[in-house]
This record gives sequence, structure tokens and C-alpha cells, in this order.
Amino acid sequence: MTIDWANFTPWASLSGGILLGVASAFFILVNGRVLGISGISGGLLPPKLGDAGWRVAFLLGMLAAPLVYGLLAPEGFVQAPRIDAGFATIVAAGLLVGLGTRCGSGCTSGHGVCGLSRLSPRSLVATLAFMGAGFAMVFVVRHVL
Amino acid sequence: MHRITEFFVGLLFGLGLLLSGMTDPAKVLGFLDLFGTWDPSLAFVMGGAIAVGFFAFALARKRTQSFLGGALHLPKSTDIDKRLVIGGLTFGAGWGLAGFCPGPGIVSMASGEVKAAVFVAAMVVGMAIFEVAERSGWRQRMGV
Repeated sequence: MTIDWANFTPWASLSGGILLGVASAFFILVNGRVLGISGISGGLLPPKLGDAGWRVAFLLGMLAAPLVYGLLAPEGFVQAPRIDAGFATIVAAGLLVGLGTRCGSGCTSGHGVCGLSRLSPRSLVATLAFMGAGFAMVFVVRHVL
Repeated sequence: MHRITEFFVGLLFGLGLLLSGMTDPAKVLGFLDLFGTWDPSLAFVMGGAIAVGFFAFALARKRTQSFLGGALHLPKSTDIDKRLVIGGLTFGAGWGLAGFCPGPGIVSMASGEVKAAVFVAAMVVGMAIFEVAERSGWRQRMGV
């Protein structure tokens, strides 16, 4: 293993992480909800009466983020997503992420941030599973195939 | 009031994802490339988030209501079963394939990235397939 110092952004990543933590803290304490993106969006399939409004409000806030970020962020902090995968790979990835997050009841936010913050053994197992599979997939794609 | 705070939290979370680098699949794959040239930045994302979240959830556990007076919906399940592990592995495989997890996919779609929109559409289809499998009993018959 060699460290990729050229792309290493500890301060931006730490600051962004703190924002994710503040959002998760606010959501559980003020709204009484666990901030998990796959759970929030998956709960709209299909929408249930009286349970859709908070999900939609949250997702609309997320969709507004790039616009607000463009206005607030200093120059050099706006990095357009670099997406190297082709369309077929993107579709396969989306299907796996959709199936897997619903089957495992959570993703990087619900298990990885909120679950580990709660010291939940269940979320630790889920996080180890998806991180392990992520490392393995990149290893296979970049170094084996 | 609820709808405003929920919108605000979604916005804040999206800003956090953008600042952290999570919305850039090349950066995510750089983090997952443990055996190549490894970019450890995303470990700092998780560290920063958990450092704050830990205190929030410790406080939430002691309360019976949210600050707005509603129920506190803390997860009840503690099961560590096949379903959890298979789901986690499946999600991780998809994450490692394109570098998108659900939140960053949604935010990058809003940035106007066509591939992110395709990812989100496929993700919603995957979620819907699971929902149908769950309701019709396929999942249980497959033993997951």
C-alpha cells in the first residue's frame, strides 16, 4: 500500500464529516429520526399516508445542496464528480446498491455514521460487510481484471 | 416547523457530502483502493461524523421525546443475521463498482450529472425489486 498524498484532503474531509455528524445529531434530537439515506428514500416505495412528508422534505433539502454549495464554497472547493464508470457499470452498481441497502437495512449514513455513533454491534457488522466488499470489489476491478 | 427543519437537515447533510469529497466517485474509489495508491481522506469523514454523532445519540438515549416533542425513532432491531450480512456485502459490491452510495448519488444527480441520475434510477429499481421480493415471500424462500 502506498498513500496517495496528492489527493489527500484531511481538513476538507474532516470538516465535511463534522457537518454530516451535526446533521445526524440535529435529526435525531430535533426530529427524532435516524439519518439514513437508503431508509429515508426506500420508505417512499410506496409512499404511506402520513409518513411521506418528512422524507420528501429531507430529500428536497439534499437536492438543493449543490446550488447552495456553489454559492457558499470558496473557489477550489467545488469539485465536479469524476465518474469513470460506463453506463452499464453504473446501472449494475445502482441495482446492487438498491437491493443491498434495503436487504441490509442501511447504508453508509444509517449504519456507518448513525449506527457506529450509537455503538450498535449490528451496524458494526453491516459496516464491516459493506466496507470489506467495497475494498474487495475495487481490488478485483483494478488489480485482478 | 417539522418540514422546515427536515429540509434544513437534508441541505446540511448534502453540503457535508459535497465538502467531504464523498460526492466524487474517483475520490471514493481512491479510498476503497486499499491495495493500490490509497487516499485515506474518507476515514476522516467517518471520524468527524462519529465524533459528533456519538454525543448526540448518547443524549438521545436518555430522552423520551425529540426537542420538537415527537417520538424518538431509535432502531429497535439488534439482529445480526444472514440478511444483514448479505445486504451489506451486496451494497458494498455496488459501492466499489461505481463509487456511489445512496446520498452522494442523489446529491450528484442534483448537480446535473447524467450518470448520477442513471445510478439513482437503477438504485430505486433495486429497492423496488427488494420490496416486491419481500412482499411476495421470494426473499424468505431464497433463505436470505
